[in-house]
Amino acid sequence: MLIITCPYCGPRPEIEFSHGGEAHIARPLNPAALNADQWTDFLYLRTNTKGVHAERWRHLHGCARFFNALRDTTTDKILTTYRTGAPRPDLEGLTP
Amino acid sequence: MTGAFRTKTGGRIDRQKSVSFQFDGKTYQGYEGDTLASALLANGVHLMGRSFKYHRPRGVLSAGSEEPNALVTVRRDGRRVTPNLRATEVALYQGLEAHSQNRWPSLNFDVGAINSLMARFIPSGFYYKTFMWPRKAWDALYEPIIRQAAGLGDAPTEPDPDVYLNTYAHCEILVVGGGPAGLAAALSASQGEGRVILVEDGAELGGSLLIERDALIDGQPALDWLASARQQLAARPNVTILTRATAFAYNAHNMVCVTERLSDHRADAQPGEARERLWQIRAADVILAQGAVERPLVFPDNDRPGVLLAEAARTYLNRYGVTPGRRVVVATGHDSAYRVAIELQAAGVEIAALADLRPTPSGPWVERAQGLGIKVLKGTAITGTSGGRRVTGARLSPLIGMAQVGKPDWIACDAVLMSGGCTPSVHLWSQSRGKVKWDEALDAFLPSEAAERAICVGAGAGRFDLAEVLADGAQTGARLAGLKTPPAFHVEATPLAPRGVVGAVPHDRGPNALAFVDWQNDVTAKDLKLAVREGFQSIEHLKRYTTTGMATDQGKTSNLNALAIASDLLDRPIPAIGLTTFRMPFTPVTFGTLAGLARGDLFDPVRCTPMHGWAEAKGAVFEDVSLWKRARYFPQGGEDMHAAVARECLAVRSRAGIFDASTLGKIEIVGPDAAEFLNRFYINAWTKLGVGRCRYGVLLREDGFVMDDGVVGRLAADRFHLTTTTGGAARVLAMMEDYLQTEWPDLRVACTSTTEQWAVIAVQGPKARDIVSRLTSLDLSSERLPHMSLVEGEVAGAPARLFRVSFTGELGYEINVPSDRGLEVWEKVVAAGAEFGLTPYGTETMHVLRAEKGFIIVGQETDGTATPDDVGLGWAIGKAKPDFVGKRSLARPSMSDPDRKQLVGLLTERPETVLEEGAQIVASPGGTPPLALIGHVTSSYASATLGRSIALAMIQGGRARMGQKLYSPSPQGDIAVTVCAPVFYDPEGERVNG
Ligand SMILES: [Zn+2]
Repeated sequence: MLIITCPYCGPRPEIEFSHGGEAHIARPLNPAALNADQWTDFLYLRTNTKGVHAERWRHLHGCARFFNALRDTTTDKILTTYRTGAPRPDLEGLTP
Repeated sequence: MTGAFRTKTGGRIDRQKSVSFQFDGKTYQGYEGDTLASALLANGVHLMGRSFKYHRPRGVLSAGSEEPNALVTVRRDGRRVTPNLRATEVALYQGLEAHSQNRWPSLNFDVGAINSLMARFIPSGFYYKTFMWPRKAWDALYEPIIRQAAGLGDAPTEPDPDVYLNTYAHCEILVVGGGPAGLAAALSASQGEGRVILVEDGAELGGSLLIERDALIDGQPALDWLASARQQLAARPNVTILTRATAFAYNAHNMVCVTERLSDHRADAQPGEARERLWQIRAADVILAQGAVERPLVFPDNDRPGVLLAEAARTYLNRYGVTPGRRVVVATGHDSAYRVAIELQAAGVEIAALADLRPTPSGPWVERAQGLGIKVLKGTAITGTSGGRRVTGARLSPLIGMAQVGKPDWIACDAVLMSGGCTPSVHLWSQSRGKVKWDEALDAFLPSEAAERAICVGAGAGRFDLAEVLADGAQTGARLAGLKTPPAFHVEATPLAPRGVVGAVPHDRGPNALAFVDWQNDVTAKDLKLAVREGFQSIEHLKRYTTTGMATDQGKTSNLNALAIASDLLDRPIPAIGLTTFRMPFTPVTFGTLAGLARGDLFDPVRCTPMHGWAEAKGAVFEDVSLWKRARYFPQGGEDMHAAVARECLAVRSRAGIFDASTLGKIEIVGPDAAEFLNRFYINAWTKLGVGRCRYGVLLREDGFVMDDGVVGRLAADRFHLTTTTGGAARVLAMMEDYLQTEWPDLRVACTSTTEQWAVIAVQGPKARDIVSRLTSLDLSSERLPHMSLVEGEVAGAPARLFRVSFTGELGYEINVPSDRGLEVWEKVVAAGAEFGLTPYGTETMHVLRAEKGFIIVGQETDGTATPDDVGLGWAIGKAKPDFVGKRSLARPSMSDPDRKQLVGLLTERPETVLEEGAQIVASPGGTPPLALIGHVTSSYASATLGRSIALAMIQGGRARMGQKLYSPSPQGDIAVTVCAPVFYDPEGERVNG
């Protein structure tokens, strides 16, 4: 079971969280303006990263807030967590 | 007397406390402190099981958790039966009842042993090859045979009465293994501030120190040093010691799972007592001091009872005061066997010969053995054994070069001890995804790069010298605890050369000799050879094809020998072949430990409405809807469901019914942007919904498919009360939160789950207004409270939100009152309704009534691929809205394909025929498979109101097929149906206005 650091509550066991898929995929402001390929990209295509992956978590059984995490999918190490809306942090200096 | 093979003195058994026990119905004596295996050996019993595939008689091989052979079933009573326990780990207690496994009718005479005679016909890949053809034979012949032969032991048939506990624990340093390395690590780590947990598999701390006769630590015999170390640890408040506790899983982020056996070793353990405890330990750092496992030698007939590992014999001697026989042959490729021979000889056992595979063994142990007159045969291989259910002789052959042997000598004996050297136990390390590296000097895989904050010490890290082991543990513990100077221990011990031998022993016994590599799965060197010859080269394939290392012991004694044999055959170095990954659990874990307290009533939460008890008292039959218990129907006077539902339906249509709708999900949406939020979230338009009005809302996923539905009522300009499906409440709220928090954080809206806040009492039917008006002064006239509206006020003395809504097609109300008033109001409604014939109805009737009206149920008519238009809800879409969740997807060309499946009604030709829900629909009768399927039945009922069956279905291009005749294939033949509109009753919808 992972330890995940909620940016609002601190480190908590994974059982308190729910996973929310890849991060930094904003819903287009005007979906109608997107062509079929662009909309398909938004709906279905994910990076499926091997390595450092930005993903959403929700502290469901805690503060209930969504936030983002950088997790290495090959080691399950969580490099950092940060608030929704904040840019993806630079990897420099994050390696634990 | 506790057995002819018990020494006069010595061992850590309590000779004052004799214990009687049963094995396969026969009574024996042992001592407290014995294991089942040591007590049986003391009585001269080596035969403890039959092997898995060939049913060969098997003796105990080891003295620990690596035991592949001596698997037994321990029986306390009819309900407390545990199969597949290792006799080497079963603590003896007064009255213990153990049974051997895998034999029929008895251990001494086993019919399945015929397999052994047929061994040459049961090659590797046997199951894959033999049971392939003909197909018919599977059901009649192969499967029953495989089922009979497969598996070890029998699962208990009755529920387990015991209690299993679960504890979460945190510590700075977790030490796994209570041998010398682990003790030194714990002693030193606990000098710091941090919490230390020390986990030991066995009954007491000490590991190899418990059998150490030679070494002195700090000038004391090892056992004395051990006693003081244990005292020191026990006195430290920051140390938790767990014994009889197995660390079986190393999970991500340093969570180690440990199962602690609380009562299995006690004679007085009562049913219902806490039997085991699962510890989920989160540690900042983990020190793995798991030790090493002795390797057997792979030689012909090495599985005869009486053949065991040399260090195991030493354990039996020094820890339990038991000798393996009277006259033993020792076969080795490693120094440790000399120590065993010397100690056994000192205990009065005759060492018939010590055959060493190494041509020129040397060193203090070799010299000492020779000095004591032990007959050491250098450069000698063991090439066979004689005997049936017990070994009677050993065949020793001089080695000629590396791969050939000369003329054999037979030596009579009643036990053979073997040693190939020690394999560091990297199981948990490997589970933690730590890497291993092949060490040429040791012939061993050693831990290299860590994946977690874990470190291996002692024998598990390839350090076998006691001084080195203690120093390793102490220094590691000190470093992790931040100590400046680690404690130091002074050791005087005779050093052992660490290296042993791996792979198969050369022999001249021909290609059919059975030299076992994996005892538990009956894999021989010959099987590996065959698999390589058949083209299997990767160790992962070899493993699966031959099943080597795949038994419950995870190949603790076999993996390295199997690798070495494969390496020889493939002529590639061992590291190029690679070690397979170890998985959890280290040793088998009971289901009880994993389930913990989550059994029976605690397995899953049960949700009951405030009116549950009333329904129960009325004899309602309940059904599970997600976690809820819902009354399905209320049978009267021996009615079956069909009769009860027919009566309930007619009552609602002709008079009135009362229905518990409390399970509906309810969410309150509040804030100045609440309407805007709903506009973006639901397909409907909300801005113009007046205060006090309701609307049926449909929610899509972003991919355009229906996700949920419900009624949204506007309580105020900035406040909505909405309902979701019973199962969808959490999903809908989570999705709302997702959009509000991450896509539209600018919207000022708060969503609160109010499902449990409100009890919902639906009163439906032409008499509904008459009944409800008796309980409230609110104006219920259609002018003040028309269909799809709501009002807040008092009903039956309780504050209420009164909705005029209908899921039945009748005039109806849903009375929402605070949950704690639910039962009281319900009873008042029932009383007020008595004179009107108000009838309680359940979910089954609700389903029929709504199907008569063509109202869909999300998840029944829809399956995650239905658009609003597909299910006839296109009208609900707010066409003028620029955007809502799922809107862009609805514009995809395929979403308006006229050939999509669409909701229609179906009427069977014969009114009494009720279609199967889920049945397929085809266009023409009498076809032969594969048929072109054009749709399926989603709902199907006998409608008492209409006096015939009705069905809803999703049919390709269904709305263009009105009046068409279609067919539903069934085992009884094709059922003819006619397509019709999905509204069967009151198509104008006038009754709701009543
Ligand atoms: Zn939180």
